[in-house]
Order: sequence, then C-alpha cells, then structure tokens
Amino acid sequence: MATLSFNHIGIIGLCAAVPLNKINNLKHTQNFSSEDVAEVVDKIGVEERRFAPEGMCSSDLCYAAAEQLITDLNIEKSEIDLVVFVSQTADYRMPATAILLQNKLKLGKHTAAFDIGLGCSGFVYGLSIVYSLINAGGFRNALLLNGETRSRVYSPKDRKTAFLFGDAGTAVLISKHEKFGKSIFDLNSDGSLGDLIKMDHGGYRNPTTLESLSEKVIDEHGNMRSGEHGYMNGPEVFNFVIREIPRSVKNLLKQAERDESSIDYFVFHQANTFMNNYLAEKMKLPKDKCPTNIKAFGNTSSVSIPLAIATELKNKLEGSKTLFLSGFGVGMSWANAVVSFEDCQISNLVEI
Amino acid sequence: MNKVIEVLIEALEIENKEVNLSDNFKEYPEWDSLSRLSLIALMDEAFEIQIDDETFKKIDSVEKLIAEVELRMAK
Repeated sequence: MATLSFNHIGIIGLCAAVPLNKINNLKHTQNFSSEDVAEVVDKIGVEERRFAPEGMCSSDLCYAAAEQLITDLNIEKSEIDLVVFVSQTADYRMPATAILLQNKLKLGKHTAAFDIGLGCSGFVYGLSIVYSLINAGGFRNALLLNGETRSRVYSPKDRKTAFLFGDAGTAVLISKHEKFGKSIFDLNSDGSLGDLIKMDHGGYRNPTTLESLSEKVIDEHGNMRSGEHGYMNGPEVFNFVIREIPRSVKNLLKQAERDESSIDYFVFHQANTFMNNYLAEKMKLPKDKCPTNIKAFGNTSSVSIPLAIATELKNKLEGSKTLFLSGFGVGMSWANAVVSFEDCQISNLVEI
Repeated sequence: MNKVIEVLIEALEIENKEVNLSDNFKEYPEWDSLSRLSLIALMDEAFEIQIDDETFKKIDSVEKLIAEVELRMAK
C-alpha cells in the first residue's frame, strides 16, 4: 500500500453551502406509498435533504461557499493560485468547471484550475492532490471545492436511490504553515466493481439516444429509471464496504503509527445511517467520535465529509486535532487520511 | 437451532415464524431489499463472511443458504 505523507500543510478554513430548498423525506411520497417510504427512511436514516432548484449547479454552491470562506478568512484573492473542483455533476462536459470558477471568483490568471471526476472518495483524493501540489513548491493558497447536485442523478421512481441523495457544495482553503503536523493518505481503486454504482448512458461509450432517455421498469418491484439515471447495487456496495473499509482504516492507522484513541474524530463518507452505524460498530469506534449529519442532508457524495465537518465539528476544532477521514464509493474508489488540524476556522452554513 | 437460521430470523424480524429448511425465504412477505442489508450485516458479524450478489441470487432455500455459509466458513 502506497501512502503519501506531508508536514506543515493543512486546512486553514472550511465553509459549506446548501440549497434552501428542503425536502422532507417522509412527505416525498409522489411515487410510493407512505408505508414504503417510512420503512426506507427508517432504515437509511435520511429525514431531510436539500435539492438545488432548477438552474442552480453544484458549482454555484461551491462559489457561494468559497466567497463566504474568503471573506471570513480575510484572504486576498490574489494570494490564491490553485482551484480544484471535485464533482460528478459539472456545469458542462467542457470546459472544466474549475476554470469557470476561477473567473467567477475573480481569481488571477496565474491560477491553476482543474476538475477531478470522483464521487464519494473525492474529498480525500482531492485533499491529497492539493497537498501534493502545495508540497511541490510554488502554490501559496489553494481552494478545494467539492460540489454535487446528486438529486438530479437518480430517478425519483427507483426506491433504491430515490430517498438517499442530496445536494451541497463546500470550499476548503489549504496552505503551508509550520503549525500543521503530519498528515498521511492512502488511495485505492477497484474498477472490476465499476458497475455497482453507475450511469450507463450519456457519455461517449453509450451516447444519448431517444431510447436512453426513456424511463423503463427495471425490476420485479416496479422501480423505474432511464439509461441516464444513476443506479446502485446496494447489497454489493455494502458487501464491498464491510470487506474493504475496516481493513484499510486499520492499515492506515498502522502506517501512521496511531491507534484509535489518538484520533479525535473519524469522519466517514455519509453513505446511509445503517451502513455508517454498522461500520463504526464493526471497528468498535465510539459513537461520539463519528460525527454524522446524514439525517439532515442525506448522502452528498464527495461533499459529505467536509459537509459533516462543517455542520458537526464547528467550534470543536480549536487547537490541535487529528481527524481520520475515509471516503468510499462509486468506482469503486476509496481513500483514507489521517489529517492534522490546527485551529481550523469553520464558517457558518451558507443557505442559498 | 442452526445459527444461520437464527441470523435469518433476526434479519427478517420473524421471531414467531416457523422456518423450514426447504422454505424459499425470499418469498416470505418480510423479505425485501432492506432485510437483505440486515442479513449482510448479521452474516458478517456472526460468521465474518460475505456472499456476493451473483451467488446470493441462486440461493432459493434456507438449506442452500446454510450450505453456502458453511462452504465460505470452511475456506
């Protein structure tokens, strides 16, 4: 297992933005009976989610979060020279959204900007890439933006996914500073499981056709979706997670020469309550060390880790803290990190 | 009682039901995609095994489920 280690680099501040538009899952009964919905909601533990209204993209949520963060941290925009946007719901197929955000945020032309197309592992991957670039020399301040409008990816008529996902965007400012201790990352992939979470059509392998856009009944339970809706094999994803994640968490702790008790918080990708509870139980982690906000925001893919930090750890990251971050999902792709935090400033949640 | 049956009963919350070896538990009214998740968790906890979807689809009786668990535990 390859690991990446860094010293004296860290997260200065973090801000999250969500749409004002709140969805009450129990009332989300257009396509299913209230009993069915109640049963699903009880198991996955998602009571509310935020859905971006028409016309609002994940980049708009990241933009709002970034502006607020820059204001709160009182950072000169001219001192930001790297923007990385992590998303699977970009504005356009081209150009990369990060470049459009450089302009929208009024950052200088000296700014390096690019997108990363990862899902639930994307925050940890993105963080490791930004740390690497900063570590290489020239960059002073970097913005890592994670944005998703996952509400538009899945069919509201497929109960396997209809109640789970929500929209959000986060902005994280990263830079060099002596105060930060050691951070360590590991990054993993298993493309043989590429069809566990997937959208079949709409890319270049299977381009959009009239057929790919038409909704069809896809199983004996009457669930419906089109070829341009995402789908998820829930049981196989769960099998994957309990097989790979506890082991990889343990391995990275060992590499970092740490035990569970020296970690202040374990922030896992917010998949669903059932899975997250089981993971914590299996790894024998105390509940109060595993912050969760899935009840209020659902699964927001690559945004879920920074969103959980923003809503659950505000005012809890003063002084020196060590966080374990673990993202896993679509790909399958998974990444873990032991991250040194020093007086991380967390902005109030932005609602737009 | 066989431990696999105990796990199945717990996953489906069917404490008062008589479970026979020949039953196709996937035809029980309590069986759905959510009880499938519970079964995965409880199997992992009790036996430290996971049964992949492809194999699981072919299991159509309690007896076959027990055989699959035993096979995987022997490995």
